[in-house]
Parts: sequence; structure tokens; C-alpha cells
Amino acid sequence: MEAFTSLASGLSVAIQPMNLLFALIGVLLGTAVGVLPGIGPALTVALLLPITFKLDPAGSIIMFAGIYYGGMYGGSTTAILINTPGESASMATALEGNLMAKAGRGGPALATAAIGSFVAGTIATLGLTLLAPYLVDIAVSFGPEDYFALMVVAFVTVSATFGDSPVRGLTSLFIGLMLGLVGIDLLSGQSRLSFGVPELYDNIEVTTLAVGLFAVGEALYVASRRHVHEEKLEAVRGSLWMTKEDWKRSWKPWLRGTMFGFPIGALPAGGAEIPTFLSYATERRLTKYPEDFGKGAIEGVAGPEAANNASAAGTLVPLLTLGLPTSATAAMMLAGFQQYNINPGPLLFAQNPDLVWGLIASLFIANGMLLVLNLPLVGLWVKLLTIPQPWLYAGILVFATMGTIAANPSPVELIMLTIFGVLGFLMRRFDFPIAPVIVGLILGPLAESQLRRALSISLGDPMTLLQSPISATLLAIALIALVLPFFLKGLGRFKAVED
Amino acid sequence: MAFSPHRRIDVAGLVIAIILLVLAGIVWWDMSKLQILSPYDLGPKVMPIVVSACLVLLAIGNAIGALRGDLPARETLDWKPIILILGALACLIALIRFGGGFMIGTALLFAATSTAFGRRAFVTDFIIGAVIALIVYVLFAKLLTLSLPAGPLERLF
Repeated sequence: MEAFTSLASGLSVAIQPMNLLFALIGVLLGTAVGVLPGIGPALTVALLLPITFKLDPAGSIIMFAGIYYGGMYGGSTTAILINTPGESASMATALEGNLMAKAGRGGPALATAAIGSFVAGTIATLGLTLLAPYLVDIAVSFGPEDYFALMVVAFVTVSATFGDSPVRGLTSLFIGLMLGLVGIDLLSGQSRLSFGVPELYDNIEVTTLAVGLFAVGEALYVASRRHVHEEKLEAVRGSLWMTKEDWKRSWKPWLRGTMFGFPIGALPAGGAEIPTFLSYATERRLTKYPEDFGKGAIEGVAGPEAANNASAAGTLVPLLTLGLPTSATAAMMLAGFQQYNINPGPLLFAQNPDLVWGLIASLFIANGMLLVLNLPLVGLWVKLLTIPQPWLYAGILVFATMGTIAANPSPVELIMLTIFGVLGFLMRRFDFPIAPVIVGLILGPLAESQLRRALSISLGDPMTLLQSPISATLLAIALIALVLPFFLKGLGRFKAVED
Repeated sequence: MAFSPHRRIDVAGLVIAIILLVLAGIVWWDMSKLQILSPYDLGPKVMPIVVSACLVLLAIGNAIGALRGDLPARETLDWKPIILILGALACLIALIRFGGGFMIGTALLFAATSTAFGRRAFVTDFIIGAVIALIVYVLFAKLLTLSLPAGPLERLF
């Protein structure tokens, strides 16, 4: 198998002592930051990006792998112990997980989440290993118009298809696309939407946008409604370990969760909410202990957590093989790659196989490290959760601003951070999804360059988009994905009743 | 959400629609100043045209939603903490802009945010913020050799 030889050479990169150390630091930092309430994996990667500025590309990308998985794991700990999921992907975990913690079974809940994440992550990364070379082969035959159409599919599915409101999702997306226009247009050398501000000439930093929307926006939002909502930390009482029965009840949900998570994550559809909720609903239907649901059923933690992690590994498939980020976290990863002028896509597999396969191998290693480290260190992570809320958010804002000026020492960057913070606050208040803005900012310029390449090949004839069968099919899919939610409104209402 | 026969028009939703229209206008105006270099394609104008047009459509969509009262219910808002945090961010920006360095500003931001979240120990928090700023400064500037804007305090190290 060609994939396994590549993976073996990747392992030889990842297993170098320095790279192992980077993976370890990444895992620890990722978990430590991800465990903080209100910080999801995307923000974890964004906040920790400055740390990797000075490393070599291989080292920093390996560290990313650790941060990515660490951040995911940290998020589930928070969801179980405080019932404030940092991101929508942990919402399903929080449902039963927090009930388990309340019932004094926080330890087994954390354990099944950790082991389930490991199982799912390993299977899904294996899936990535096997699937990536095939997708690369297909992607090589794509012309610019096909790429553009693929990106349109990603835009639609990320913003419109699965959200609460297609209009609000698309609004978020187009705000992101608008922000993506800012700066000097590389092909014509003209500046767009820069208003003569020199700092705007070299585009809006995706880290500034993400940190502003997530960190500053979240801080403002939580501060403004502190009088409404109080959160409570559940202590981990009793044994950490899972009993024999816990194992028996967990392993099938782990595998089923993986089966939901990986394919849905690997499709350019984005979002881990769908597989996690599908997994939750399935476990609820299949369980032999229906009376436990609503009181803390371990299946309800094992399944969604596995789905969550599998879909996180799944989103790496389009990201690495097509350069297509389909979640806020994947967008942050892409930003990290771009910082080294590494452009994920089929070419990367040909030109820089050591790097790609080193990253994939590091995912396996990071996953194993998490399993070994997290359960023994759970006491430490719980300590982090006891940081008083005022200090926590004050600290988040301090790191957010410092990371921003360290990346780009200019007051204009901080002004942008503040503006994006206010935007993030307003979006939370009016229930606009945030991920599409970030995906729009990073994917917009890529889509534009593919579109213009296609148009210049066809001498300006837009019909070229429909003449390629691949592109025509993809655009048809995008259209269906766009129109579908308007017809399925009734389904949404049904879901609300079921809840 | 209950269906009431008299759904109220959501003013905030209409404001959002107007903001989107204004943004569409800015994008269009900015696009109109661009020059087309190649005779065959619209070049740098393609995306702005698409974005601007779609923003207009979305403004209409949001306006319809607002008129039908489709926006989610919102809780009452406490403005004081927001003003406090934004004020501290403004101070930080001003301090950096006028060469005051980031440490004082960062300490101020820490203390102000903590106050916004209900703590009543501004001086203690200011000192904690300063210590954190110092640690991060050493970590970033010395260990990772990233440049942070320096003022009189930072030059001591």
C-alpha cells in the first residue's frame, strides 16, 4: 500500500525527538487553553499561533496537530464539568456528560470521552491516510473552474445548509467574503477597501479576525449578560476509571460515533454538530438503558465525543487534499500553513510529502499522547476550570491583545481586533453564526483567484463554469444545498418539538 | 417560540439590514474606482460586484426577517461592562499609539475586564495584570524574539 509507505516515512519525521517534543508541547498547551471555558478549538489554535511563528514549518505544523487535538479534548472536559460547551460540537457531549458529573460520575464521563476520542481519532486518522491519496489523484485533474465550484459548495454548506437560518448564515459568510477583499489585489496590484490605510494593504489577518470574534466577542457577550446566567463547576468525585460495564456500554457508541463523524467531516460540508447530534440521537434510540438518558447515560457521552473527534480528523481530508477549510478550526489551521507559504492541496502531497505525512503521523502520536496524559492530569485541568471568571476573561483578553500585537505591532491591528470584537458580540446577540465569517475571509481570496483564472482561460466567458461537467455538477449541488433549507423549515420545527 | 398573532417588527433587525446596504454601497463604490487591465475579464472587479450584489439581497432577506419578527428573543443587556472593556481597549490602543508601551495598558485592560466581571479589587487586579504582562513580555520578546511595542517601562528590561 502506497499510503502506508508514505505514512512510515512520515512517522520517521514525526518521531524525531525535537518533533516529539513539539507535539507534546502542542498537546499540553492545546488542552490547557482548550479547557478554559469559552475557548473552543478554533480560538485555541488562533491564540497559540504566535508561539509557532519562530519554529521551522515541520515543527510548527506538528505542534499544530497537538494543539488541534488537545483543544478538542479540552473542550469536552469543559462541556462535561461546567455544561458550557465552548463550541457547538461539544453541545451533545454536554447534555449527558454534565448530568453524569452532577451524579458523581464525572470521572467515567471524562474517561469515556478521552478513550472514545482516542479510538475515533485513530480510526479517522487512518481513514485520512487511506483516503487522501485517492482524493489527491482526483484533485489533480481539477481545473480552476472546478475548484471554484467546489469552494462554492463549501461556502453554501458551511453557511446556509445546516444552520438555524440560511439568511443569517449567508450574511455571516458575505461579511467574511467582504473582509477577504481588503488589501492589495495580487493580480492587478490595486488596493481594495483599504481607504489609504497602509496596514490594510496586506489583507486582514485571519488570526486577528478569529481572536476578535471569538475571544473579545465572547468576553463582551458574557460580561453583558452576567446577571442572567451563572455557571457552576461540577467537582470530579469518586473513581476516575470506567467499570467493566462502562466499557461494555461505551465501545459500540465509540465506533458508531466514528462512523457518523468521519464521513460527514470529510465531506466539504463542515461542522461537527450534525454528526454529534446524529450520534446522540442514535445512542438514545439503541440503548438498553433508556431510563438513564436524561440522568447521565454514558452512551450519550461516548458516542458524540467519538463523532466529534472523528469529524475533526475528517475535516483534515478536504483541508489537506483540496486546501478547503470547512470549519473555523480548519480555517485557522490553513492560516497557520499560509504563514509559511505552504498551500495545502494536491500539489503539497507531491512537493512536500515529508511535511504532509509528518503531520498525519503526528496526529497519531498526538492522539496517543492525549490518552496517556489526560487521565492522569485530569486534576490539573480541573484546577484550570476553577480560575475565577473575572480573572479568566481578563487573562483571555490580555493574551488576545498581546498575541495580536506580537504578530503585527501596530495600533491599527488592535483597532481591528476591537472592531471584530464588537462584531462578534453583536453576532452572538443576534444569533449569527461565526464560523462562516472566518471561512469566508480565508477561502474568499482563494475562490476569487480560481474564478479569475477560469475566466481568463475562457476569455471572460462565465459559461465556462457550466461547461466543465465537474464544475456544473458541483454548482448544481451547491444550488440544492442552498435551496433545501428553505423547504425543510418544517423539519427544523419538528426538531425543536422533539427537544 | 410561541406564535403570537401580532409579531412585532424588530427594529434592531432593520438596522442590521440598513448596515448591510451601507456595506454593499461601500464595496460597490470602492469597486468603481478599480481599473481593468485585461480586456477579456472583469479582473479585480468580479468579486466586489458579486459581494456587493449579494449583500443587497441579504439586506432584503434580513429586512423581511425583521418585519416578520423572525429574530431570536434577546435578553436584557447590561451596557456597563461592555463600555468598561471597550474603554480599556481604547486606552491600550492609545498608549501604544503614543509610545506608552503595552504594559500599563495591558495591566489596565486586565483590571478593567475583571471589574466588568464583577470583581471589586481594582488595585490588586492592576498589579496582577502588570505581572502577567511582564511574564508574557519576557516570554514573547526574549524567548520567542517577537517584537512588542515598547514604552518607558519595557525599556527597563
